[in-house]
Amino acid sequence: MYRIVKASHLADNIVRMDIEAPWVAKHCLPGQFLIVREDERGERLPMTICDYDRKAGTVTIVTQTVGAGTCRMAELQTGDAFMDVVGPLGNPSELVKTPIDELKKKKILFVGGGLGTAPVYPQVKWMHEHGIDVDVIVGAKTKDLVILEDEMKAVAGNLYVTTDDGSYGRSGMVTKVIEDLAAEGKTWDVCVAIGPMIMMKFCCLTTKKLGIPTIVSMNPIMVDGTGMCGACRLIVGDEVKFACVDGPEFDGHKVDFDLAMKRQAQYKTEEGRALLAFEEGDTHHGGCGLCGGDK
Amino acid sequence: MAKNMKRVPVREQEPKVRATNFEEVSYGYNEEEAVAEASRCLNCKKPRCVGGCPVSINIPKFIHQITERDFEGAFRTIQESSLLPAVCGRVCPQETQCEGPCVMGIKGEAIAIGKLERFVADWAREHHIVPEKPDFSTGKKVAVIGAGPAGLTCASELAKKGHDVTIFEALHEAGGVLVYGIPEFRLPKEEVVAKEVENVKRLGVKIQTDVVIGKSVTIDELLDEEGFDAVFIGSGAGLPRFMGIPGEQANGVYSANEYLTRNNLMKAFKGYDTPIHKGKKVVVVGGGNVAMDAARTALRLGAETHIVYRRSEAELPARAEEVHHAKEEGIQFDLLTNPKEILVDDADWVKGIRVIKMELGEPDDSGRRRPIEIPGSEYDIEVDTVIMALGTSPNPLISSTTKGLDINKWKCIVADENGQTSRKGIFAGGDAVSGAATVILAMGAGKKAAASIDAYLKTLD
Repeated sequence: MYRIVKASHLADNIVRMDIEAPWVAKHCLPGQFLIVREDERGERLPMTICDYDRKAGTVTIVTQTVGAGTCRMAELQTGDAFMDVVGPLGNPSELVKTPIDELKKKKILFVGGGLGTAPVYPQVKWMHEHGIDVDVIVGAKTKDLVILEDEMKAVAGNLYVTTDDGSYGRSGMVTKVIEDLAAEGKTWDVCVAIGPMIMMKFCCLTTKKLGIPTIVSMNPIMVDGTGMCGACRLIVGDEVKFACVDGPEFDGHKVDFDLAMKRQAQYKTEEGRALLAFEEGDTHHGGCGLCGGDK
Repeated sequence: MAKNMKRVPVREQEPKVRATNFEEVSYGYNEEEAVAEASRCLNCKKPRCVGGCPVSINIPKFIHQITERDFEGAFRTIQESSLLPAVCGRVCPQETQCEGPCVMGIKGEAIAIGKLERFVADWAREHHIVPEKPDFSTGKKVAVIGAGPAGLTCASELAKKGHDVTIFEALHEAGGVLVYGIPEFRLPKEEVVAKEVENVKRLGVKIQTDVVIGKSVTIDELLDEEGFDAVFIGSGAGLPRFMGIPGEQANGVYSANEYLTRNNLMKAFKGYDTPIHKGKKVVVVGGGNVAMDAARTALRLGAETHIVYRRSEAELPARAEEVHHAKEEGIQFDLLTNPKEILVDDADWVKGIRVIKMELGEPDDSGRRRPIEIPGSEYDIEVDTVIMALGTSPNPLISSTTKGLDINKWKCIVADENGQTSRKGIFAGGDAVSGAATVILAMGAGKKAAASIDAYLKTLD
């Protein structure tokens, strides 16, 4: 069993959990993910790693819940435990594998959409720890759903917070902020965008226009997470890739997002719709035509 | 008394009934049936059956013990060579191994060695007869990667020799293909697999689940920091293959690994949380045992099920018994047929599969006649689910994170027949070395490697 050392609410229905998982905590690097299984009946659910404490042997995940019943994970409290926590899985971010001297010469932009802010955080923190200042855009639907702002502020060079409804920070979606900052004269050598697929898709369309190479982190349906099942396959360029062993990060300008979104909607039933809306949470703006979230 | 040339038949669930449930197909022998079948054995002086067994079970001895109704003795005999007899008795291809060379098979039917092995194992389990932990210890530590057939066998052989063995398993449950791949109706999980895994633990073997070697910890760390003296890699097959035809990424296209894992390991059929797309009409592409397992699973989940295979019946790589069972249950075989394209609807869901008829030409490298397309013979089959059972290619997680561990051109780990890899102290066996094969071959490799590891550990003194 893997004990939840601390469970806390970051926002209305966004939960942060620090879990005892020594193997994962010892070896994980920014960009990697883990899989949890709550109990005997539970699914193996991939989760991005938001933070880790090697000494304490804990890893932090951030997840979103929508009321009782939708996801039993929502009810877990400090002191409860997961039956299984496996990882770290996938490859560390390309950036953390790049020599520091090279990174210091680059201007890097991180974009976190909604829950995607969580996996962006350890990358930005890693950059900060290595003396690299980066620009960070954090987007949420509304003020109450902005997460990890203080944590991010402490490690980002420049932090730009935006809300879709303008209730906090800048107004508009993250793509608008990218365009606005570019118009103000900002330039970047590389962008890392993580969030709901629809957000990553539009980020990539924007950065492609601006000529900024962009890395995205894919979080498709998975079962084992070690390459065995092939459920997480994606088309990147002209090749079939498995997100779990080849990714989760890919060249965003080459990812077939439309296919990825259709594949993600595979278990779309009434319940599945609720789950998808839950996964994408309040960063889900509808419009993908798949999940019914805009109906 | 002249020996009966015919086998004692084994009782099975009625095909029509079993096609709708996940209960075990074969009931196995009872005591009387087992004794009757065992007494057909000629107890040959030079038993050819033993030579056909990858783990060299003393077959004539245990069969003779059955005739004397010494079932516990029979179990102990088998256990000297194998800790997984209830598994092997069910899933080994005995017809090509122990039973293949049986003298009785020349004029009549070979002794049903597999069914007898299963009987003995089941009897022992029902009578709570379990292996005992050795009362000595060498103080040597061995890490075994993967709790599948190769790993479990290697671990139990090493534990019997007094070594301190820890198995690291990536999934949340021990068993490997025995739990994620082979379905419940061929190999009951709680009743059979879990119990045999328990027996391995009884020998003192520790099993740590949820550890992905190469990610959670590397082999070099196990050797350098965690105090292990040797490592055995039994990490199994790997990444599922696809055909590379249009439409393959559509929703409703599964690898057999995914389909079977959802159903077996994650227990979709029992209504656990992991969903499975049941399908109304399913096509399984491929002709091996995994294809049969996937097809028979889809059938039980309520679908009309077809096997699409590019060669003819004679070339089907699946065991004859599996093909026979599949047919009995109502699975349709579209032979000499090969997919060209998966047809999808607007939402990218499978709506059909375009196939082409094949004919057999000259033999290819595998010695089997090469299938050739018959021009203009394409036709469409309306289906909502396609399962690709085309085998696997090796998983790079371990080879890419272990310095100096050689792989061959197919990216399998290179190991000699004793399991020795290119790195001192690191051994390997099973599908990770051979590519996808059978449970018993993996067990045989695990057993051989255990002997080499034991010899290697002695050199460390």
